[in-house]
Amino acid sequence: MSGSDLVLSGVTKQFAGFTAVDDLDLTVPEGSFFALLGPSGCGKTTTLRIVAGLETPTSGSVTLGEEDISRLKPYKRPVNTVFQSYALFPHLTIYENVAFGLRRQGRKDVAGQVKDMLDLVELGTYAQRKPNQLSGGQQQRVALARALINKPKVLLLDEPLGALDLKLRRQMQIELKRIQTEVGITFVHVTHDQEEAMTMADTVAVMNAGVIEQQGAPMDLYEHPRTTFVANFLGQSNLIGGEASAGDGQHVRIDVHGVGLRVPRDRAAVSSGGVWVGIRPEKVFLAEAGAETQDHSNALRDGVVTDVSFIGVSTQYLAKMAWGQELMVFEQNTGARQSFRVGDRVDLHWMPDHTFVLDATQDASAGVERVDPA
Amino acid sequence: MQRLGKWVSDHLILGIGLLVLLYMFVPIFIVVLMSFNDPASRVGYRFDGFTLDNWLNPCEPNGMCEAVLLSVQIGVLATVGATILGTLMAFALVRHRFRGRSVANVFTFLPMASPEIVMGSSLLALFVSSGFAGVLGFRTILVAHIMFCLSFVVVTVKARLAGLDPRLEQAAMDLYANEWQTFWRVTFPLVFPGILSAALLSFSLSFDDFIITNLNSGQEVTFPMYVWGAAQRGIPAQINVIGTVMFLLALLLVLGGELGARRRRARVAA
Amino acid sequence: MSTPVSTTAEPRGRRRGRTGYLLLAPAALWIILFFVVPLVTLISTSLYDPAGSLETGYAMTGYVGNYAAVMQDYSQQFLRSLGYAGVATIACIVLGYPLAYAIAFKAGRWRNLMLVAVIAPFFTSFLIRTLSWQLILADQGWIVDALKFLQLMGDDGRLLATPLAVITGLTYNFLPFMVLPLYASLEKIDHRLHEAGADLYASPFTTFRKVTLPLSMPGLVAGTLLTFIPAAGDYINAELLGNTRTQMIGNVIQNLFDGGSYPEAAALSMTLMSVIVVMVLVYIWRSGTEELV
Repeated sequence: MSGSDLVLSGVTKQFAGFTAVDDLDLTVPEGSFFALLGPSGCGKTTTLRIVAGLETPTSGSVTLGEEDISRLKPYKRPVNTVFQSYALFPHLTIYENVAFGLRRQGRKDVAGQVKDMLDLVELGTYAQRKPNQLSGGQQQRVALARALINKPKVLLLDEPLGALDLKLRRQMQIELKRIQTEVGITFVHVTHDQEEAMTMADTVAVMNAGVIEQQGAPMDLYEHPRTTFVANFLGQSNLIGGEASAGDGQHVRIDVHGVGLRVPRDRAAVSSGGVWVGIRPEKVFLAEAGAETQDHSNALRDGVVTDVSFIGVSTQYLAKMAWGQELMVFEQNTGARQSFRVGDRVDLHWMPDHTFVLDATQDASAGVERVDPA
Repeated sequence: MQRLGKWVSDHLILGIGLLVLLYMFVPIFIVVLMSFNDPASRVGYRFDGFTLDNWLNPCEPNGMCEAVLLSVQIGVLATVGATILGTLMAFALVRHRFRGRSVANVFTFLPMASPEIVMGSSLLALFVSSGFAGVLGFRTILVAHIMFCLSFVVVTVKARLAGLDPRLEQAAMDLYANEWQTFWRVTFPLVFPGILSAALLSFSLSFDDFIITNLNSGQEVTFPMYVWGAAQRGIPAQINVIGTVMFLLALLLVLGGELGARRRRARVAA
Repeated sequence: MSTPVSTTAEPRGRRRGRTGYLLLAPAALWIILFFVVPLVTLISTSLYDPAGSLETGYAMTGYVGNYAAVMQDYSQQFLRSLGYAGVATIACIVLGYPLAYAIAFKAGRWRNLMLVAVIAPFFTSFLIRTLSWQLILADQGWIVDALKFLQLMGDDGRLLATPLAVITGLTYNFLPFMVLPLYASLEKIDHRLHEAGADLYASPFTTFRKVTLPLSMPGLVAGTLLTFIPAAGDYINAELLGNTRTQMIGNVIQNLFDGGSYPEAAALSMTLMSVIVVMVLVYIWRSGTEELV
């Protein structure tokens, strides 16, 4: 633990009737871009507000470096927030909005710093306007400037890009990352958009129902999910039920509906009993049913293509297997791959190294995006 | 022809609305007109001839200007009292939890909905039975006015306050403003327009009140009371001068505020 | 990627603690002292022995007979007041709804100006404006002349000193009290609901009937309460624009007070107030208290 790491210890927040945050432990390394990722209602915003001081935890502590800030008022914490709705002061100009924090701290030499900060977010000429005269994207940048100018130890961002259209969002993602690298402040970015989290963050923590499911570098989480929720929430996964048994020394053997699959031991969280065999759709290749393959791939045979979606970059297939489950396959449109049509009989192949194995007691539907949240 | 029909139906509602608005202003025109009246006799209220005399000698009728002064004094004091009390109450109702909220809502609404005769007579009953019958006058009028203005202030400020996003205050605290600073730099400036409207409304209601004042005024004569008396005795045209002045003043105030806001917006956008 | 549904758990909660009571106290005290207590006093005054007077003092005998006496003598004026107020309220709805609707939906950038225009007549004294109506409806005035010319009125007809004049005055004076709450309710209605109605095959009138009207109900009810009740107790319009046969209950109460018949006046006042309280209670029973203030 170095200088100004942000550490949450055993933080719990209960509202009447439900627990928003449940005994949470989190460490955000100083100077990193940290993403707190999860679906609506998982408690990520509440956690952020606890760090900001806008909510008091029911129990647990928040420390910044050596200092325990758990009971400090928001205006005493070296932490600033970029609110989801921007929360710009409508009766003040952009200049005064940005200068607000500095003035409350009693700084006199405000003009120079405000100018620099507005230039950083490319809004130098808008200083005398009022918030309602700016577009959404511009307001968002003002909110960022207003927070950054105070050089906080931690900058909290509550789904700041949610209200922007796709193109602008992509632009701002790059901007934010650039600013963070330049300024070197710890950013804690709360979002429900897994692409956004993976693109921008050094470390991602996936949160669900008040607890952290898994935390680590984006690629780590993606390739080595430790729970079905993470497997389904980040990207998409095929989860197939099977029975694991001891294989040879380096591999675990898993029986899936009568077919034997090999998985390297270090990719299997459990090596005996009921398991979920996980394989990401983009790692799977389709071949005509019965075609011979050269490599030592895992294979599930005799599927029937039930859906073909041409996305442009890739083609997405659904293949219904003998036991009724539909598996997803994403084939890159390199031009060199064979394409299939609905009704074709296919075999599914993938490298054993790409498999991940999870304990069957987990809910295979956890984290799958629903069209209408309950 | 069809185009005309469509134009009519599109603008029908607006047209009706404007007609109703015009209807509301008809008596005002009469008031302004009559302020230039040269009455042929004291009896009979109609337009006889044009003169500027009324405007040149507004205080000629006996006791009228004193009545206006009294009404203004009471208006200002009642406005200050009702605005302060009402604003505090509005904050309590919107921002704080307490038991008896329903009761508070009901008893804030009832004065607005009560007939003035009931309010006035009940206050008179209070003053009489508590031995203040001998001192009916300035203070009793003031007490009564603060009472009936209070509810209107609460409603007006409450409406403004309820529309205020609490996240603005959270943002202020996030930016190192303590509770006191947050209130003065964020909350108060944003509620102020509501408080101002409430104050203006208060003043109008107070200046204009007759029934309640009449019952509780003792020997004092406010402007509406003077007008009432004049309606029996004979209406001096100067009454309409006062009426016109009041109207123009208030109109100027409100329109001035509106124009000022528009000009500020235009200047910044340029 | 599904569109985000923001369910940030930020309860717009209210603060607990004593500050609420402290803020409430001054105003609450004032209301109790100068509204509630007076009403109680009024009730007890209404139970005085009517034989007393201001000079000789009143004997509190719990004399409920005051109520019976008063209702017997003045039931006609009472019912008349309710009647006039009722008609005036309906007239206010008929005139006020289109105006409120126009301001809320059709005014565009003139909205604020129109709102000012609704309140502006307020600024002239209520009495002076009513006197103006006296002039407008006068026997020699041009409205009466025009009506006679158009054969809508007989040669000896008059507008002044008739129930119609009183009702016209009442309608005029209480119109803002109908328009403003209605406007407040209508303004909250999302414009897109009208579009949704049209999209779902409703004619403009049906959209109004099924969407706008129900949603404007809180404002309509508030406006009705704020118009009918004060109108029922008014006496200025009846006095200035009516005659002895159009006397309303307010005139009676005022006269009784002037004449020193305090117990009777109080009893009549309380009867009027009870009718109002019943109406407000019915409203609260249907819609709760949160929308009141």
